[in-house]
Amino acid sequence: MATGLPVLPEQRLAELMAGYGRDVARRRRNSLIGFVVVVALIWLAGRFGEVELGKLLHHLSGLTSYFGRIMPRLRPDHLTDDIADWYWNFFGWLKLLFDTILIAYLATLGGTIGAGLLACLAADNLAPSRTLRWLVKRWFEFCRTVPDLVFALLFVSAFGLGPLAGVLAIGIHTFGTLGKMYTEAFESIDMNPVEGVRSAGARFADTVRFAALPQVLPNLASYTLLRFEINVRASSIVGFVGAGGIGQELFVAIRKFYYTDVSAILLLIIIAVSITDVLTERVRHHLSPVEKVG
Amino acid sequence: MKGRSAIAVEDPMVVLARHEALLARPISRRIGDIGLPVAIVGLSIFSVWWLDISFAQIGPGLSQLAKFIGLMIPPSTGGHLQLFLKAMGETLAIAFLGTLSAAVVAVPLALLAAENTSPHGVIRSFVRRVLDVIRGIDTLIWALVFVGVVGLGPFAGVMAIAVSDTGGLGKLFSEAIEATRARERETIVASGGTSWMGIRFGLLPQVLPIIAGQILYFFESNTRSATIIGIVGAGGIGLQLSEQIRTYDFDQVALIVLLILIAVAAIDWISGKLRFAIIGRRPIAT
Repeated sequence: MATGLPVLPEQRLAELMAGYGRDVARRRRNSLIGFVVVVALIWLAGRFGEVELGKLLHHLSGLTSYFGRIMPRLRPDHLTDDIADWYWNFFGWLKLLFDTILIAYLATLGGTIGAGLLACLAADNLAPSRTLRWLVKRWFEFCRTVPDLVFALLFVSAFGLGPLAGVLAIGIHTFGTLGKMYTEAFESIDMNPVEGVRSAGARFADTVRFAALPQVLPNLASYTLLRFEINVRASSIVGFVGAGGIGQELFVAIRKFYYTDVSAILLLIIIAVSITDVLTERVRHHLSPVEKVG
Repeated sequence: MKGRSAIAVEDPMVVLARHEALLARPISRRIGDIGLPVAIVGLSIFSVWWLDISFAQIGPGLSQLAKFIGLMIPPSTGGHLQLFLKAMGETLAIAFLGTLSAAVVAVPLALLAAENTSPHGVIRSFVRRVLDVIRGIDTLIWALVFVGVVGLGPFAGVMAIAVSDTGGLGKLFSEAIEATRARERETIVASGGTSWMGIRFGLLPQVLPIIAGQILYFFESNTRSATIIGIVGAGGIGLQLSEQIRTYDFDQVALIVLLILIAVAAIDWISGKLRFAIIGRRPIAT
């Protein structure tokens, strides 16, 4: 038995084709409108951003030669000498890198303590007072929206140059972001243990300690470690405004066109960041093996 | 009829003794319980010593900070409102153009880096490493480099965001491409289409909404980064902000911070709406 495609009657076919045409036309029109809007925005932003394509083309060779110049000269026959030359200040930089990581550590610790203390006041299901909750939430929001570098600038003016300003700036930013994440973790707990502890006469602190905290502790630790990774990156930057760490050295190297130093320090930072990433990731997987695969 | 029986009150110590086996914790965990806090505290004391942070600094610093905050109220334009608004517009322009150019460059790179579209394994791993390195360098460092290459001004900022986001977006896009179903492309190729047609009609429609959501998300986060790259001279409001902090005009600093907060909130709101319209409430992979 032969089967074929059913042939629709002329009239029905015309109707369907017209509908299809209308649909396609509408989608094309929408895409066109979107395209025009984006082009208009590009034009407007180009005016504001002083983008000149001619300038880009003119500087393109400068860009490639810049990357050519920051590359160290490594010859196979003097490899060790060349590397020693490239990393002439290896131990100085290593010390600064260590400073950077300690700044990140202190900032993470401070932010964690602050956020941990306040997050249970901001969580919807635990908060003892509405007004307090609102205030704490806004405070978290403020601390994470103002960029850490702005805090660093302010603190350098107030506390003087040095790592203290960096620790405080990154710590406050960490406090804001971790506060939000902790609050959300607290809000998603199972409420049965909370009711149980409360009905046995526990006050707020006991409820948090015995009902809420055990449920979220692995999550909180995981967020904190993730934040530590991010803070290592941040603390390698705050030196740009004089708040300690290796950033200062990198800033000087880029500004004064010490080309090979730039690549040497950048490579060190990238290696340090990757090592912390790998280590913390291992601990995080150990903490919560089921969470987030991939 | 049974009466209500009172719960027998026992000596807590007796109860504890009875369930000792349940309450006892293995020795390794008990060491951890004590050791971890000791290690954390010890490391922080060491850090404070190593970084040479003196607590004498904190008192004067705090009073200085309180003075600054006092000077911040009330925020004032200092007669530079026009300038600040223009700088804020510049910041938004930098974020917009930077994100857009990054997205345009990232799509072909992602096609090269994704397992199911890459022409060759060597090319794939090479592109991946390049993206990793780009991503490993912070936007601010890129900004500093581009200030050296193309000179001071917003153009350096656009380039910095474009380059550093190419790394992040390229990685996210390639993951989105790898998560697509192969069936659509196979159908198109089987019915006579070229492999380009397979990508255009079989793969692109699947990833486009995800990619659009990620671009919007990056635009949000770039609005924040674009506020600070001005500190190193790459255009936008950051330049004004660092100038006012250096000259101790804290009423104007407060105004600029308020401007930043408003702009960031507005962009978050708009892009949240757009993202919702495009992909619904789906979390963006981070």
